[in-house]
Amino acid sequence: MFDFLEGYDVLGAFWMTVKLTVLSAVGSLVWGTLLASMRVSPVPLMRGFGTAYVNLVRNTPLTVIILFCSAGLADQFGVTLGSEDFKVQGFRLAVLGLVAYTAAFVCEALRSGINTVPLGQAEAARAIGLSFSQTLRLIVLPQAFRAVIGPLANVLIALTKNTTVAAAIGVAEAAYLMKSMIENEAQTLLVGAVFAFGFVVLTLPTGLILGWLGKRLAVKR
Amino acid sequence: MTDVSVAKEDVAATGDLVVLKSVNKHFGALHVLQDIDLTIARGEVVVVIGPSGSGKSTLCRTINRLETIDSGTITIDGRPLPQEGKELARLRADVGMVFQSFNLFAHKTVLENVMLGQVKVRKTDKKQAEEKARALLDRVGVASQADKYPAQLSGGQQQRVAIARALAMGPKVMLFDEPTSALDPEMINEVLEVMQQLARDGMTMIVVTHEMGFARSAANRVVFMADGRIVEQAAPDQFFSNPRSDRAKDFLSKILHH
Repeated sequence: MFDFLEGYDVLGAFWMTVKLTVLSAVGSLVWGTLLASMRVSPVPLMRGFGTAYVNLVRNTPLTVIILFCSAGLADQFGVTLGSEDFKVQGFRLAVLGLVAYTAAFVCEALRSGINTVPLGQAEAARAIGLSFSQTLRLIVLPQAFRAVIGPLANVLIALTKNTTVAAAIGVAEAAYLMKSMIENEAQTLLVGAVFAFGFVVLTLPTGLILGWLGKRLAVKR
Repeated sequence: MTDVSVAKEDVAATGDLVVLKSVNKHFGALHVLQDIDLTIARGEVVVVIGPSGSGKSTLCRTINRLETIDSGTITIDGRPLPQEGKELARLRADVGMVFQSFNLFAHKTVLENVMLGQVKVRKTDKKQAEEKARALLDRVGVASQADKYPAQLSGGQQQRVAIARALAMGPKVMLFDEPTSALDPEMINEVLEVMQQLARDGMTMIVVTHEMGFARSAANRVVFMADGRIVEQAAPDQFFSNPRSDRAKDFLSKILHH
């Protein structure tokens, strides 16, 4: 029944999806945290930048951002991201686009988490002489993160599925392979089912594990 | 307010530690602090009382600049309060603050709460910081709770931890912003006892409170505020037995006789 899979590297394609997801997740977590810090910072210029970035990027379709990375950054401006190899370059550009896009959502999830931390926590931190960045790093963000593990799981699941957009610039991940299989094989419905199942295998545990973690790590007040 | 110097005579005065000069602050249209002049000597215990909305909490919070002021000057140990930044952080480390709602760091254990400032601000090494933290927790009577999280403690225990956290910084002066107002009645005394001990040990304290018993027994001076002004200040005996202003008489009659 699954003869049509022969000759295709399905696992390899999903491995590419996993690599895209993990790298983009780490990158967007870091960049999103920085953006959230800017949005709550006392410096108006930083707040302005954070707000403008989030509103611009989250309202732009991911496909446009990824294509911009490829056609704009790479082809127009010659940004090679340290590789002449077309495949490696495409992968890095895709990660860049995914990070830029997902970070906006991480930032907003985190900012809602910051709002759950009572003002008194930051006041107490400042009262013992911690600086603004120490207060954010040691007191506010750790509590904010624990409050938004659930919403961040949503972002991570969306990111996993969004990696399929990288197919648009030729990154050989799962959706890219699926497209060529659908063109070449008769069992299109089954091909679709196999890939759908593959994504569920990736995302379902993510949601369950992070949901459990979120409950475990919740800050008791 | 000529009695200020009279009230201060029984204090071991070694100079003024906290000085507020014609301090004004507005919250929008509300003039919460109106020309406040207040001097607190080293080692003095000053209790600030007054009706709700009189500005006493705001006054307390301006002293470590958790609230900014519109005009006037505040100096601590001879140095004016700096603008927001490193300088201010350093000054805040020297001014202990205890809040009405405790504000212990919810994601850290009791011990970590008391160690954090020492390690991150004072750059004390961890072992020394832990020793000091345990000693302070012992002093306020919650040594056995060191490894618990704040939410697992009673309100009275949390507030005593908060006092230990402030003391760990080795502050020159301690500010208490209604430290017992959020506590169940049976827990108030355990906190007041710690504060009384602190006062006996010679700590300079500014205490905003509704606990008249504490004011009588521990304060060197009572400052009575109403409508954003300091209406009257005197030694506790004098103030409670013979208040001079009508506003204070009215306030005391409402809280003392029932």
